[in-house]
Amino acid sequence: MPSGRVWTFGDDINTDLMLPGPLLGASEEVQARAVFSANRPGWVDLVRPGDIIVAGRNFGTGSSRPAARSLRNLALGALVAESINGLFFRNAVSFGFLAIACPGVAAAFAEGQTAEISLADWTVRNRETGAVLQARPIPEQLLAMMTGGGVFPVLEARGLIAPAPPSAAPRHG
Amino acid sequence: MAMTIIEKILARASGAATVAPGDLAVVDVDLTVMIDLSFSGSSWREVLKVHDPDKVAVVFDHEVPAANRESAAMHARGREFVRRFGIGRFHDVGPDQGISHVVVAENAYCLPGTVMACSDSHTCSAGALNCVARGLGAPDLIYALTTGQTWFLVGETVRYDLAGRLGEGVSAKDLFLHIAQTCGDHANQNVEFGGPALAHLSIDARRTLTTMGAELSAEFATFEPDEVLLDYVRARNAAPFEPQYPDPDAAYLRRETIDLDLIEPMVALPDKVIRNAVPVGEAAGEPIQQAFIGSCANGTLDDLAEAARILAGRKVAPGVRLIVTPGSQRIFAAASRAGYVQTLLDAGAVVTPATCGACFGGHMGVLGPGETCITASTRNFRGRMGDPTARIFMASPATVAASAIAGRIAHPGRI
Repeated sequence: MPSGRVWTFGDDINTDLMLPGPLLGASEEVQARAVFSANRPGWVDLVRPGDIIVAGRNFGTGSSRPAARSLRNLALGALVAESINGLFFRNAVSFGFLAIACPGVAAAFAEGQTAEISLADWTVRNRETGAVLQARPIPEQLLAMMTGGGVFPVLEARGLIAPAPPSAAPRHG
Repeated sequence: MAMTIIEKILARASGAATVAPGDLAVVDVDLTVMIDLSFSGSSWREVLKVHDPDKVAVVFDHEVPAANRESAAMHARGREFVRRFGIGRFHDVGPDQGISHVVVAENAYCLPGTVMACSDSHTCSAGALNCVARGLGAPDLIYALTTGQTWFLVGETVRYDLAGRLGEGVSAKDLFLHIAQTCGDHANQNVEFGGPALAHLSIDARRTLTTMGAELSAEFATFEPDEVLLDYVRARNAAPFEPQYPDPDAAYLRRETIDLDLIEPMVALPDKVIRNAVPVGEAAGEPIQQAFIGSCANGTLDDLAEAARILAGRKVAPGVRLIVTPGSQRIFAAASRAGYVQTLLDAGAVVTPATCGACFGGHMGVLGPGETCITASTRNFRGRMGDPTARIFMASPATVAASAIAGRIAHPGRI
């Protein structure tokens, strides 16, 4: 049951804010340091492992760039949003980052409160107010990949791609 | 059970009799398109087996010709991949160069009724050809490449019936901005277009609409087929195909008619696309330093023709850089034969080779600190085209051309 301190964001948070285009070729470490640098400079210095992003509608609109990987690499516990762009969600599955759609979540949390997520009954609870919201369940096969390190371990196990080079291995989970 | 176009295509591709919203469909992919960024060092993993090289196309587009040493290395890795696995459909720097979504359409690589995947968000562009096409992430794409399959969560579908006809100086981009403004995002939903206005909407115009489906956050955007489309495809690809039409009683989340006669030129204000557009008149007068026409959405021959019509006999204002990037070298050549390129050059535009270029802040038109740009491309996100302090307004090619002449945002009908 992931739980963590909440950071709140609004509607239509796009991928370019999470991973600026000029850094597409940069290392994963450099990319992770740049998350929200244009709209919330300094945020990455405040984030602690396990923190949770609570956001509005249409989170992750934009490009196919691996923005979800940067959130994973910041060791965030999860994203919970009113709705999530389908491509961002795919990348969350593929890179192994927990991303959950939960109508009503934006109004239910203030920054700094604590969210408790149950994947058993798909609820999101505000520890401070006691409010409990119903999230949208993620199909079992996708959840397994999302919480099991993403796509690459599956393809490695099937002999379809080469093992990650040693320097990249820990980052690809 | 009655189905929409997208449900029918997903049912066929997943081997099921029907699919419905809420299903997880595991489908065979008919075409997997890789772009130059597919081979970038931070995304690429060494592939040991390709499921079917005949179902793969490789199109270098984001940084062509190579913009720097990193993109040159990325291209070299892609060429090696093409050689190693014997990929026949390969678009390198040269006469067949172009933005992948444009190249896919102009060769009809994706046939009506089929499923296509590519690791670029604007892959939904191919929906104009009655395909189910969408952008995947890089790992997803490697999964499709190596297994021949991918997964889709089936969403509900919104149907737009287009009626009437767009006025002079009004384009599919304005229609898109109208939808983004009045209907908001379509996250986890599909968009299906049809209606009597198709008779007046070129394939280029349809492609602008489906390409911008990504900016609605739609899962898929697709058009109902008509004779114009079927002729377009048959002229480019001899392979047999089965176009898909919606069942008359298909279930839609919403069904809306849009009268194209009522659409006016629109501009999206900086930083986001959804519910952020105004009629051009409301933003008119805003001084600009750069104007850009290009991208998978607005680098079509129609778009270059419209820009040339506005710019003919006029000059780009002093202090303004007008950059025009055709969607493919084939479009560049056709625009040259038609005289559009000469008109643009005479007006003071810089016409670049076909590439994604300035649209994603890659090269050939990156914005500096504090600059203001009006762009006919895909996105106005902060930092997208360069410095995060630059402001990006987004509109149609006609509005961008008119603004380049005026030196400030201007209505295409009032210059």
